[in-house]
Amino acid sequence: MSRVLVGVKRVIDYAVKIRVKPDQSGVVTDGVKHSMNPFCEIAVEEAVKLKEKKFIKEVVAVSCGPSQVTETIRTALAMGCDRGIHVEVSGKDYEAMGPLQISKIFAALAKKEEASLVILGKQAIDDDCNQTGQMTAALLDWPQGTFASEVTIDGETVKVVREIDGGLETIKISMPAVLTADLRLNTPRYATLPNIMKAKKKKIANMKPADLGVDMVSRVEVLRVDEPPTRLAGVKVETVDDLVAKLKANGTI
Amino acid sequence: TLVTALVRVSLGLCVSGCRSLSSLAELPEMHQMMRQTCRDYADRELGPIAGKLDKEHLFPAQQVRELGAMGVMAVEVPEALGGAGMDYLAYSLAVEEISRGCGSTGCVVSVNNSLYIGPILKFGTQKQKEQWITPFTTGEKVGCFALSEPGNGSDAGAASTLARQEGEEWVLNGTKAWITNSWDASATVIFATTDKSLKHKGISAFLVPMPHPGLSLGKKEDKLGIRATSTANLILEDCRIPLGNMLGSRGSGFKIAMQTLDSGRIGIASQALGIAQAALDCAADYAHKRTAFGAPIGKLQAVQFKLADMAVAVESARLLTWKAAMLKDAKKPFTKEAAMAKLAASEAATFCGHQSIQVLGGMGYVTDMPAERHYRDARITEIYEGTSEIQRLVIAGQLLKEYAS
Repeated sequence: MSRVLVGVKRVIDYAVKIRVKPDQSGVVTDGVKHSMNPFCEIAVEEAVKLKEKKFIKEVVAVSCGPSQVTETIRTALAMGCDRGIHVEVSGKDYEAMGPLQISKIFAALAKKEEASLVILGKQAIDDDCNQTGQMTAALLDWPQGTFASEVTIDGETVKVVREIDGGLETIKISMPAVLTADLRLNTPRYATLPNIMKAKKKKIANMKPADLGVDMVSRVEVLRVDEPPTRLAGVKVETVDDLVAKLKANGTI
Repeated sequence: TLVTALVRVSLGLCVSGCRSLSSLAELPEMHQMMRQTCRDYADRELGPIAGKLDKEHLFPAQQVRELGAMGVMAVEVPEALGGAGMDYLAYSLAVEEISRGCGSTGCVVSVNNSLYIGPILKFGTQKQKEQWITPFTTGEKVGCFALSEPGNGSDAGAASTLARQEGEEWVLNGTKAWITNSWDASATVIFATTDKSLKHKGISAFLVPMPHPGLSLGKKEDKLGIRATSTANLILEDCRIPLGNMLGSRGSGFKIAMQTLDSGRIGIASQALGIAQAALDCAADYAHKRTAFGAPIGKLQAVQFKLADMAVAVESARLLTWKAAMLKDAKKPFTKEAAMAKLAASEAATFCGHQSIQVLGGMGYVTDMPAERHYRDARITEIYEGTSEIQRLVIAGQLLKEYAS
């Protein structure tokens, strides 16, 4: 029986109206409501379901960041994960943290914890990178089942139905493997009150990236963050010819 | 020594977290998580259907089952009996968040927790708890509380429903009025006079399953608000129950009712807070969006003053409610504070409901916006589980006791 690592990222809540900082270095995060990335919720739900079906024995929730991410880990514990790992990253390292650094951390943890599966959300709703799962698999030289909308474990292999542009693709990959959760994989459960109580007693281990031999140096520098351009009013036209003429005039065609 | 005593006191204030006013500013982590999960549920599952439930007078059976699975239908019940094993502050937070999504559903949660399970948890035997509480923790079954009668509401000591013993059975006769959850309940805690000569000391409490021979329901009342709950008379005609169905000792019914209502007040205060907050949310949101005189109406002082008054009313009632809950959790007397909470919260709810419609203007008067539903849902909170007038009597009574020389 095996162990699963689940990544949970603390992001600005999906319902919050995002504002760019006046110095254009990023978005305002102070005092703004944060919660677990919705795709990470789906990943946690899948891992907990696999444990309930007895395919896996232990689910470990992992998050990287400053002390506030322990709230996100606790939510994962309240949903049914067994224990948590908080990889402490703060200050400039945290601001510059991206998929490359995270995937190095997850690769190191996957080996350390002897995980059979690493389940991540397909992307985070703040940076929309959609890279961490893929990079983690590459670093580990493990097979990957990304954009999963259905996961079935069969012995030492996993059947993954993937959502792709053309429709659905079914692949079979051997374990250990990395999976990334897409929207329709499942409907995450609400944390029940008894599980919230139990979550208090579950352990969250602390470590630093250096403990895992990971250097957090980023090769990406954010130059500027801008608001999207304000939407201009549309123009109504009478005929198709008018439409074509207008599109040619403004250089669209 | 004095130093160790001071250290112990300050540690006590920190360690007992919940017990001190300083923690009212930020709730303990577990309570915050619990509040968030209830809020998420209310926003996603109750908010979208609350209007329909109200319009069609539909009992939210599916949602009650889901809330049961989350532990919300039995917050204070120990885990061994199937509950969530949390404290009354957690319960208050849960009811507020649920009520914010749907006032009716919040009422169902409150009645099941405080009025039905509450007295059985406090006064029942272990066997009664297993039989009458555990099946009611999952959301599959809900209970109700039958104290009021057509002839007496506030005058609870004048119970004219009678219970006489016949062999190994109690036989109940009489009518109970205004019973919330009646048509959806699977059991009731009901109060009847066992010794008329002892007046209010001759009232006893009983547990009756529903349905049951000899117990029938009157027509569903057509109410102004909380329309997704069923309210009706309970009619007892030679309703026979085993002797073991008496709750607590003979003659202790009035005491059981009063103590149950003390706790129930915190539940209703929480329900009122949720409705008040929903009304405030609606008004504040509208103030951002609606423009008049060339700007969002939130820029107008008249609207600002209303919003400010609403916010103060809700927040002060909330702190009173939390304090009452914390005192109960600390096993300290909380009668006065619970009455103050219920009074403040229910008056805040009617105030916010009223002002919310005012901020919305014409839009507040139509069913397109939820303001009118909050206004209607709020109204009952000043009436049931002790009218605002009774609350004032309770508070004054406690206050005068404190000042008695």
